[in-house]
Amino acid sequence: MDIHEYQAKQLLSKFGVNIPPGEVVYQTHEAENILSWLNEDKIVVKAQVHAGGRGKAGGVKVCEGDDEVVKTVDQMIGMNIVTPQTNENGKTVNRVYLEKAYNIQKEFYFCITVDRETGGNTIVYSKKGGVNIEEVAEKTPKEIYKLKISPGGDLLTHHARTIVYNLGLSGKTAKSAQKNILSIYKAFTSLDAALIEVNPFAVVENGEVVILDCKASFDDNALYRQRQVAEMKDENEYDPLELEAARHDLNYVKLDGNIGLMVNGAGLSMATMDIIKYYGGEAANFMDVAGAATPERVAAAFKLIYRDSDVKGILINIFGGMMRCNDIAEGLVNASKEVGLDKPLVVRLEGTNVEMGMEILKNSGFPIKPVETMEEAAKKVVEMVKEK
Amino acid sequence: MAVLLTKDSKVICQGFTGAQGTFHSERAIEYNTNIVGGVTPEKGGTKHLGVPVFNTVEEAKKITGCNASGVFVPPPFAADAILEAVEAELELVVCITDGIPTSDMQRVRREIKGSKTRLVGPNCPGVLTPGVGKIGIIPGHICKPGRIGVVSRSGTLSYESAVQTAELGQSTIIGIGGDPVNGTNFVDALELFLDDPETDGIVLIGEIGGTAEIDGANFIKSWKNNKKPVAAFVAGAAAPKGRKLGHAGAIVNSGDETADAKKDALRSAGVEVADTITRIGDAMRKAMGV
Repeated sequence: MDIHEYQAKQLLSKFGVNIPPGEVVYQTHEAENILSWLNEDKIVVKAQVHAGGRGKAGGVKVCEGDDEVVKTVDQMIGMNIVTPQTNENGKTVNRVYLEKAYNIQKEFYFCITVDRETGGNTIVYSKKGGVNIEEVAEKTPKEIYKLKISPGGDLLTHHARTIVYNLGLSGKTAKSAQKNILSIYKAFTSLDAALIEVNPFAVVENGEVVILDCKASFDDNALYRQRQVAEMKDENEYDPLELEAARHDLNYVKLDGNIGLMVNGAGLSMATMDIIKYYGGEAANFMDVAGAATPERVAAAFKLIYRDSDVKGILINIFGGMMRCNDIAEGLVNASKEVGLDKPLVVRLEGTNVEMGMEILKNSGFPIKPVETMEEAAKKVVEMVKEK
Repeated sequence: MAVLLTKDSKVICQGFTGAQGTFHSERAIEYNTNIVGGVTPEKGGTKHLGVPVFNTVEEAKKITGCNASGVFVPPPFAADAILEAVEAELELVVCITDGIPTSDMQRVRREIKGSKTRLVGPNCPGVLTPGVGKIGIIPGHICKPGRIGVVSRSGTLSYESAVQTAELGQSTIIGIGGDPVNGTNFVDALELFLDDPETDGIVLIGEIGGTAEIDGANFIKSWKNNKKPVAAFVAGAAAPKGRKLGHAGAIVNSGDETADAKKDALRSAGVEVADTITRIGDAMRKAMGV
């Protein structure tokens, strides 16, 4: 689960990380109150959306004077932000963060993430912060440092010391950076984070160390024990269909194509997206009917995909294993009646009672095309959607 | 001989009396798996599915001599259940549970190092040796005894692989699971199959995210005299970058973690890579020259 920048900063500050003074607003008039409280010469106004690349898209502006701040807040709220990390429709700004703007002396990159290779956490850091880190990694890989912490291990003082010396810091600034790094790591492990990325991790006037921008993402599996994080979920950041899928315990991600997919298993779901692409089509969604694909769950999932107006045709690919295909087929026919099916539907079922399931689909009276193999299913659905 | 699960395996189920534990233990018993008992706290001393229930793994081991376990314990308690089996020195622990917090698994990773236990999973379909038995949820009827070793991150794709290699049959099917921090990896499974005299060819099913497939490819590249044909598929070529698709693990970050990078690495190690999952059987037969 992702949270907003200002939420990440609030959490980090509880662990002793130095963050700029700031406040979030939802409406323009709130900004006026905040300003008298903030009492800074320069304020940076930042759109709060779950997407990187906000700055270039007009979502970050440094303002001088209250009037400019209020005007900027007014422009930003309700504005649509399109960045390389959003889809073409972009994201609407509902929250804006106001915080003190600094005179930056040095900008570093600092990130903690779970490392699949080692099973522990890895810290990635660089002197070249404040810019697109992927570009740094590509052009000057030597500028990227990695520190691998052993699984379940702690970040120790000597680790933090190594990091700050590699960043070229000394004296009081080094001490302060060290303290901030240890605090960020403590927050990471205490909050079951999956990623905390600080960019820039900055040195400002008087050698003060401060976290200027921050992205945090958390382990969904641990949210049951991280209530303060779970409560930060902003439902506006999710596609409505994704939210509904989550309520049905379905694994659903909206994508850019026009072929709706319903598959059991994440691996098979991805492999189905792949084969559709192989035959020249594109999936409208990833959908894993996780766990037992009962007729009820299948029907709920089907109705959800059907409601997506981008979907021009549907492919259902279920490897039933122990499930009975006739039950699934009945669930599908009932759901088709409910929605008044008029989009092409291709179904591939594998499991017990396949023949019975296929017969039910054939005799349903709906435009349902039962096929025997996944290969045939993918070809057929791409063809049918193209014809439409 | 097969690998991991053999005729000598004596299996218990942790979380035995729960709905999942019961359902899948019934299927495992039908499949003639040597299930010698189960563990559910507070239910010790009773019987379930015709075998004894124990309060602890230690007690189960003392009385039944079990050496393997299937873990069907709910996510908040699953890591602890794994560690209980590790401390009882069981040789094989297969954790089916999906949704264990990553930091819990990091702790498991630390504790299991240097222990006598091999962990498979979590968030995996388990291990099945056709004709011998199964721990987990792989449907028995789609697997046939034979000489292909299957190792897969995805459950349903291991089933596809079993169906497509039916006429060759399988020695053992290992589902290693999709979680970012797990027990057995591709290199471990490849090593087991390479040393198994009953395995003649290997199917490897990977996914986007992480670099375990690249490690596997490098390991295959290092094979000298002792080598076996390998066929592979990597799911997720069509997945958008940076989006998480179901499996906690299936998220693309760096260049090495894309499906194409993994397929290239496997190809350069001499592996026969299938374009689509529907051709994994053909790829295996081609690699074996049959």
